[in-house]
Amino acid sequence: MSRRVELTTSRRGVLGMALAGAAAAGLGTAPAQAALVRSSARIVIIGAGAAGTAFANRLVQRLDGAQITLVDARAEHLYQPGLSLVAAGLKPPGYVVSRTTDWLPRGVTLVAEQAAAIDPEAKTVTTSGGQRLEYDFLIVAPGLVLDHDAIEGFSLDLVGKDGLGALYAGPEYAARTWQAASQFTETGGVGIFSRPETEMKCAGAPLKHTFLIDDIASRNGAAGKYEAHYVCPQSVLFSVPIVSEKVRMLFGERGIATHYGHTLKGIEPGRKLARFETSAPGADGEAVKSTVEMPYDYLHVIPPQRAPQVIRESGLSWADKWTDQGWLQCDMQTLRHLRYPEIFALGDIAGIPKGKTAASVKWQVPVVEDHLVAAIQGREGTAIYGGYTSCPMITRVGRAMLVEFDYDNNLVPSFPGLIAPLEELWISWLMKEVALKATYNAMLRGKA
Amino acid sequence: MQDMTLGTLIAVFEEMFGRWLFWGLVAVALVVTAAYLYVLIRDRAMSMHKFLWAQIAMPFGAVAAVAFVLRITRSGLRDIGGPIDVITLLGVAAMGAVGIAVLVYTAQSLARPLVRRPKT
Repeated sequence: MSRRVELTTSRRGVLGMALAGAAAAGLGTAPAQAALVRSSARIVIIGAGAAGTAFANRLVQRLDGAQITLVDARAEHLYQPGLSLVAAGLKPPGYVVSRTTDWLPRGVTLVAEQAAAIDPEAKTVTTSGGQRLEYDFLIVAPGLVLDHDAIEGFSLDLVGKDGLGALYAGPEYAARTWQAASQFTETGGVGIFSRPETEMKCAGAPLKHTFLIDDIASRNGAAGKYEAHYVCPQSVLFSVPIVSEKVRMLFGERGIATHYGHTLKGIEPGRKLARFETSAPGADGEAVKSTVEMPYDYLHVIPPQRAPQVIRESGLSWADKWTDQGWLQCDMQTLRHLRYPEIFALGDIAGIPKGKTAASVKWQVPVVEDHLVAAIQGREGTAIYGGYTSCPMITRVGRAMLVEFDYDNNLVPSFPGLIAPLEELWISWLMKEVALKATYNAMLRGKA
Repeated sequence: MQDMTLGTLIAVFEEMFGRWLFWGLVAVALVVTAAYLYVLIRDRAMSMHKFLWAQIAMPFGAVAAVAFVLRITRSGLRDIGGPIDVITLLGVAAMGAVGIAVLVYTAQSLARPLVRRPKT
């Protein structure tokens, strides 16, 4: 009898422990947020990509009564950090695609049209369908455009054929890039991996593609029968010197040849020739330009990248910097426009020295949120963006370096003493493979 | 990583597995743990016979856990690059070993409860 009584007690105890555990776990899911700020502000967000979506989700958690409108015609949302994996045959194209509307919170309005004009004086945005949206605050997050026409002889129809790849152009093109690259990894020949002279999305991606295709070629039919050439307009491999040196050493170990000061200007797909403009200092110190042609069996093209037309025509771009690219003029620490304080930049469009990555977006969004909410409350915001950017630099299938840095080219590791930033590690690969997309999605929902 | 809180971690895990699968896995882990505690309290003794089988299962659990993680991440043992990788791999192995041991012990105890010999 006494045994039975004790048994019952134990069951209760066990159940209690289970509930306590669930409650403890559940407590963590409640978003730690400040009290809602009442506002009737009209906030227009141009772009429903990583930055616009994450920002909208955070705003609805902070503001009560604000009228939030997103302007974006793209029905598909792309998880762009996954394109490198698609272009190396490691993920299917569907891995990067979801629907824009899947991520938008209740209480925001999506205008599924492109922004056609911005009038910062009248504080209005006009859409491609002719809608005129008035705003009190404008978040400019349209992303950037790939200028494929700048490469003479190249067009996207060619991708996947005759050894041409262009992974930035989207999931289908990334998959077609893998078609061309996989043939190279079987048959070998000369592989050329380029990068543009303009600012670009994820400056690590050209290096990742080089590392991945070189690694796969070295394990497949092309082993011993191929050359890999990394060709860039810059004089370094990466803007952060310490990372650049590490990559230079790894390229040396892998036998990847490097050509600095080479800008891809055109291709002849029939003859498989790439034409580069080269620049080298002459005897008088002036840059001497010339043209060289390089034959290829596989060529990866990354075109110049610029601000969308609507931004370049709005008068919001820098007048004295990046004049051929048109990035939005803003304070590098607050992302606030220097002439129109009610306008903020987020993501790729921001005219700042670093940070055209999703990781930067993750750090920029809370900063702009702080300044915007502060402005609504009639005070000054305090949050500062220090230029944080992260690049899980894949160095082969199965290993990566978790490189994180800021405006000052300092390494800012998330796990100091645990995960060395300049060491090729399996755990860093694990993060890119398994945890990165999940973290990205959590960011989109405003939870990370 | 910014603001690494429990809430962030849970949000990331929910995205990784899907909300239902993640909380389903948490529930399974809790149920197995609860069942394990239940049989321990019920029997008020460890059965060394059952524990032996649980121990025999441990290496298999460890190897299976490592093989599973390597397989889903398209990597191999040649990719282990530094001390943190070895520690992570050992952690995965340890979790697999302990997990299977608890499962095997609990399953045996639930299927064949301890029979106490009457005191003579």
